[in-house]
Amino acid sequence: MPGAAGLRGRAGWRGRARGAPLPAAGSPPPRAVSRPPPRGGWVRLLRSSPPLRARPGLPPPAWSDGSPLLRARPPPPPPLMSISALLSMGRCCCRCCCPRGLWMLSAPCCDDRRMCVCPGPRRIGIPVGSSGLPLFSDAMPAPAQLFFPLLRNCELSRIYGTACYCHHKHLCCPPLYLPQSRLRYSPHPVYATFCRPKESWWQYTQGRRYASTPQKFYLTPPQVNSILKANEYSFKVPEFDGKNVSSVLGFDSNQLPANAPIEDRRSAATCLQTRGMLLGVFDGHAGCACSQAVSERLFYYIAVSLLPHETLLEIENAVESGRALLPILQWHKHPNDYFSKEASKLYFNSLRTYWQELIDLNTGESTDIDVKEALINAFKRLDNDISLEAQVGDPNSFLNYLVLRVAFSGATACVAHVDGVDLHVANTGDSRAMLGVQEEDGSWSAVTLSNDHNAQNERELERLKLEHPKNEAKSVVKQDRLLGLLMPFRAFGDVKFKWSIDLQKRVIESGPDQLNDNEYTKFIPPNYYTPPYLTAEPEVTYHRLRPQDKFLVLATDGLWETMHRQDVVRIVGEYLTGMHHQQPIAVGGYKVTLGQMHGLLTERRAKMSSVFEDQNAATHLIRHAVGNNEFGTVDHERLSKMLSLPEELARMYRDDITIIVVQFNSHVVGAYQNQE
Amino acid sequence: MFHRLLSVVRRQRTGRGWQNWSSGRSGASAAEAHSVALPAQAHVVICGGGIMGTSVAYHLSKMGWKDIVLLEQGRLAAGSTRFCAGILSTARHLSIEQKMADYSNKLYQQLEQETGIQTGYIRTGSIFLAQTQDRLISLKRINSRLNVIGIPSEIISPKKVAELHPLLNVHDLVGAMHVPEDAVVSSADVALALASAASQNGVQIYDRTSVLHVMVKKGQVTGVETDKGQIECQYFVNCAGQWAYELGLSNEEPVSIPLHACEHFYLLTRPLETPLQSNTPTVVDADGRIYIRNWQGGILSGGFEKNPKPIFTEGKNQLEIQNLQEDWDHFEPLLSSLLRRMPELDTLEIMKLVNCPETFTPDMRCILGESPLVQGYFVLAGMNSAGISFGGGAGRYLAEWMVHGYPSENIWELDLKRFGALQSSRTFLRHRVMEVMPLLYDLKVPRWDFQTGRQLRTSPLYDRLDAQGARWMEKHGFERPKYFVPPDKDLLALEQSKTFYKPDWFDIVESEVKCCKEAVCVIDMSSFTKFEITSTGDQALEVLQYLFSNDLDVPVGHIVHTGMLNEGGGYENDCSIARLSKRSFFMISPTDQQVHCWAWLKKHMPEDSNLLLEDVTWKYTALNLIGPRAVDVLSELSYAPMTPDHFPSLFCKEMSVGYANGIRVMSMTHTGEPGFMLYIPIEYALHVYNEVMSVGQKYGIRNAGYYALRSLRIEKFFAFWGQDLNTLTTPLECGRESRVKLEKGMDFMGRDALLQQKQNGVYKRLTMFILDDHDTDLDLWPWWGEPIYRNGQYAGKTTSSAYSYTLERHVCLGFVHNFSEDTGEEQVVTADFINRGEYEIDIAGHRFQAKAKLYPVTSLFTHKRRKDEVELSDLHGK
Repeated sequence: MPGAAGLRGRAGWRGRARGAPLPAAGSPPPRAVSRPPPRGGWVRLLRSSPPLRARPGLPPPAWSDGSPLLRARPPPPPPLMSISALLSMGRCCCRCCCPRGLWMLSAPCCDDRRMCVCPGPRRIGIPVGSSGLPLFSDAMPAPAQLFFPLLRNCELSRIYGTACYCHHKHLCCPPLYLPQSRLRYSPHPVYATFCRPKESWWQYTQGRRYASTPQKFYLTPPQVNSILKANEYSFKVPEFDGKNVSSVLGFDSNQLPANAPIEDRRSAATCLQTRGMLLGVFDGHAGCACSQAVSERLFYYIAVSLLPHETLLEIENAVESGRALLPILQWHKHPNDYFSKEASKLYFNSLRTYWQELIDLNTGESTDIDVKEALINAFKRLDNDISLEAQVGDPNSFLNYLVLRVAFSGATACVAHVDGVDLHVANTGDSRAMLGVQEEDGSWSAVTLSNDHNAQNERELERLKLEHPKNEAKSVVKQDRLLGLLMPFRAFGDVKFKWSIDLQKRVIESGPDQLNDNEYTKFIPPNYYTPPYLTAEPEVTYHRLRPQDKFLVLATDGLWETMHRQDVVRIVGEYLTGMHHQQPIAVGGYKVTLGQMHGLLTERRAKMSSVFEDQNAATHLIRHAVGNNEFGTVDHERLSKMLSLPEELARMYRDDITIIVVQFNSHVVGAYQNQE
Repeated sequence: MFHRLLSVVRRQRTGRGWQNWSSGRSGASAAEAHSVALPAQAHVVICGGGIMGTSVAYHLSKMGWKDIVLLEQGRLAAGSTRFCAGILSTARHLSIEQKMADYSNKLYQQLEQETGIQTGYIRTGSIFLAQTQDRLISLKRINSRLNVIGIPSEIISPKKVAELHPLLNVHDLVGAMHVPEDAVVSSADVALALASAASQNGVQIYDRTSVLHVMVKKGQVTGVETDKGQIECQYFVNCAGQWAYELGLSNEEPVSIPLHACEHFYLLTRPLETPLQSNTPTVVDADGRIYIRNWQGGILSGGFEKNPKPIFTEGKNQLEIQNLQEDWDHFEPLLSSLLRRMPELDTLEIMKLVNCPETFTPDMRCILGESPLVQGYFVLAGMNSAGISFGGGAGRYLAEWMVHGYPSENIWELDLKRFGALQSSRTFLRHRVMEVMPLLYDLKVPRWDFQTGRQLRTSPLYDRLDAQGARWMEKHGFERPKYFVPPDKDLLALEQSKTFYKPDWFDIVESEVKCCKEAVCVIDMSSFTKFEITSTGDQALEVLQYLFSNDLDVPVGHIVHTGMLNEGGGYENDCSIARLSKRSFFMISPTDQQVHCWAWLKKHMPEDSNLLLEDVTWKYTALNLIGPRAVDVLSELSYAPMTPDHFPSLFCKEMSVGYANGIRVMSMTHTGEPGFMLYIPIEYALHVYNEVMSVGQKYGIRNAGYYALRSLRIEKFFAFWGQDLNTLTTPLECGRESRVKLEKGMDFMGRDALLQQKQNGVYKRLTMFILDDHDTDLDLWPWWGEPIYRNGQYAGKTTSSAYSYTLERHVCLGFVHNFSEDTGEEQVVTADFINRGEYEIDIAGHRFQAKAKLYPVTSLFTHKRRKDEVELSDLHGK
């Protein structure tokens, strides 16, 4: 495949399809079908689950519609080749394609989904076209080949299904990353050339399978609620003497997976040795290893960075003499937010090294700790440690593999530190922190407290160009991705964008076999001349809280790509104030007529029944993000369909969503203000 | 505040004769109250100074009892009584409730005259609106029953409604019932008036005195422990309203009084611009779930919402109910309903939304009577928000009960003993009252079953039967199959199946009945109450001979149908007793007799360690094999001859069925059909059932339910206790003279009364009526309680009814009286009197002709179809 041309969307796909060897004689199609597979019809024939388009109301995924997309699709890939390759896809969690329309595959490296090191959804794509097809069949493990005839239909259908999404996505993926909603069919001019009448497509399907009546599969409202509420968590800052002296009232958080397993992580903790509360969302890519590690470790690094010299000494002495350690953080965790036990020792040692260095550096003169600097240091230090641990390795083979997985996967982070009226937001990547401000007239406005580090950010583009030689100006960001691959321009981990080629090769060669077998890790980004291309250094924003700042929303891009920030703030704001509206009304001594009371009650009831079924602001927001219809109200039918999407499909329509809504205590904030 | 307005009586507080309360002055300081010492002993202690407590005190003192003490934890007439909306309405579903309300009405009317205390009594009349035809039918049924007990009422058109009440929107009405003599009162003032009259008659009233618990010795009340000391007494009356349950539990041996409180809301407004007349009728819009009465020129309106809020489940015993929070959001549906009914109220100004707890019981009927466990412990509580309507009558019946030993009316439907300990779980009560409260204004159709608090007691076959399509009803907590829905048959949804006409299960029950007649059916009758009485010597026989009216000195293995009579000769229980051995008896009574019968036997049996009474209900699963082929099934299973020669009718034998040994087989079916009852130790239940079903297959066996049983027994003129028979009916009044050992010269309970009656003749007679011109498909079905007319004159009421698939007619059972045309006095009823009458049954205002029979229609049931049967069994065999 010629490099540049091959990297272009459908051309690449076509090229590959044309170039693919024909199925070997005698190797039957996966399922005994007497007639030749219809063009583009394999997937449909093999799917055992009801056709997706049978769900009324839901925009059909591109592949199932009798849409121009399908028309445009070339014949299916040769069965043998594609099944084995796709099998690995099915087992890995990647189910998307690279922006340039090439297959994005991972080697069949993983037996366990959790262990899987493969390119994450849509964040990174690997052009495999250049390495040629044989690579895949080589990489295919023998058992898969042996199993192939035995694969159950459903398995096949799943695989094919997966293949299909990928395969389509490249067609509909314009150079820019599109929000998931764009995957829905829309009469885009690009497709027009492929467009043929819908009817003609149906003839391939022989009518039989598709004439079946739409199968109804709705979730009941309680089922929807149980899905939405599975991960919800609320924390209320405890009151002392009936008073909450913290500027934070509490927070609500929740997450809704689209990937399986979810790659997003969240953390929240109160600093015990200093004042302040830490909250963060972490969006992983190429697996969840890195986001998991960051969610466990970052707050410790931040907390340590914030500690005064004496406390650090105290802690170090305690460790030295084996005494009980002062607790540094109080975590506020949902039961699903786990900590990896195996690595805790390793992590602790790295952390200890960090504070020892801090102790050595600090001469004890300046007692003032700059939060901004502390945040930046913590981020950089953690990323550095992740990188180092991977280079050094670990005698324990599990840990060795773990640190490599952490290093080769990536994660963005958006962390807020609230201490009194001082709000710092440290952001690395494309998650976002949004402040909800209530104007005097009661309306809501959004104040963005972070900048996205991606191609939409001019300053980031500028920075990247300055950091690398002029001749790389064109290749460093291509198709809005770093080196044409990575969407966020800053991230933890992702050593493939940080290490020199030599280092990468050395580590991979000496690394465990799983790693060595993994195409993704082996692959070196194109135009990789002057690493590092990626940094974990955060951009820190400071905001001094005012009484009108009512809440802060931290969320991964899964939310921001489905909802406008104004809507987010409005919905949360109305939700939080609506809660107060639900206080009982009393006539008291006022003159109220029956009619007036009736009007008031009807209004309250309408409000109650429609929206306020959530106790958690984050859940409420997710409900809107997933279930909003064109009128901006939650449509249960839509919600139900979105949530009942099969695992493989969910990622087509949405990304993992993680949200933390922090509510501020206006009284306390106001009191701070008055003190001065 | 408004309480002051509601209880106008405070004005008279300084005036009348109630200063002789020992500490009843509300102005009395706490110290003063404490200084008043309680008497050391009394005859009766009544706990509760609401409408119930004062009514009982009033009636007891009227009947001449002295030495009565009434204790109230807060102030008199506080609690629910103070908040009561004060509507007195006689339109009730049960006759006994109608009578109580009617008496209350008459009592309150003259109370002001008697005591000089204003009670706010105004005869306003009330209008019950019907938005649907079904509601109108329900009203018509009540109407025809009200008329026959002398309460004037009529069904009126919407136009007439508009004339009676100026504010009503009548556009969506199909009709209404007008009861002109209903009234409104100030409930607190009524209670105060009753207290005042009682106090004048010597009742000592102490307020701010709480009862801690009741002292009991040997199952007999001995005294009361209060926060101000002890009082010795013989009788204790628990009128503690919503706290009655707690008070019952506080006993060392707890008295179970199943009731639970819910929040109840009503609205008070300021006067209208042109204030409403004080005699504006009360309006009940049950379809809209609201009631509306005039109140000081404005209105008072509340209702029974669909989503009640139960309270005090954990039992907070507060001194006085504080005014609970108003909850406007909760009241919103009722407010909408009110504005729909009276749109002009839109501009009316709100005064207050009152929240007061009301007490509800598991079956929507109040609780009255003596505790089955503690003698002398009486209860009157659980008024289901009709306290003012029932107050007078219920107080009177309880007083009669205490003074005479029994009330003048049959109050079984309200008797505390209809409940057992199994209805006293807090969870059960909480769930059940949430169903009961909305049900107050729901349409009450025949054969309604509660949905909550189910599946408590079940037979071991429950799951098996349920899987075969059983639909269940509940009696005394026990699940019983009503009928079995065949797999291919769909019945209507619960809501749609509510009808006064032919029900959707008609065909299903028909096929079950047919099968009982022609082949064989199995009915799980495990719910029946089963006792065993054994003794070392002849004590058991002696006791039973005295307590039961039929001769029980029969050979071992015989079964005797007998009544358990009271002194008046009335049935306390109707049961079958099998003599298992010389010294042990097995007794089968209706399901709801479990508590009542036990209490009665315990009360009358001597304390004798050699005499053992045991409740074995839970030990046996009972299967009823009904039908001509039951013999074949059983003989095939037991390898024993079961023909009438070897196994005559009304015979009991322990034998093996399948692999299981020791099954009590009885040749009776409770229906008059041939067949057997199998009493199976529960561990064998599934085995025996499976064997019976598999062997029975070739005889065409199938499951059947109680509806089939009911149809069979009513067409055979089998009366059931609790439905047809009660404590006021004697064997002579229902043609069961043959079951009484009057001639044997033995003494037994009720003998004197029966002899007397035999001499004088009976004043009523149980009669079977076959409806002639009733179209089963199109006409309203009879239920029970329909008036019977003889030659155009009211003669009594039906007690139960069923469709007879054999006669292809409806059959009703009911008592015929002979009311003198001139004086209305009851006269002797003879067989001749019955036979010579022309009868009509009034179903919701429509009279159907009926043939009266004193004996079952035997000719129809003779076995003349042997040939058909053989053919049929062949058919089933294939």
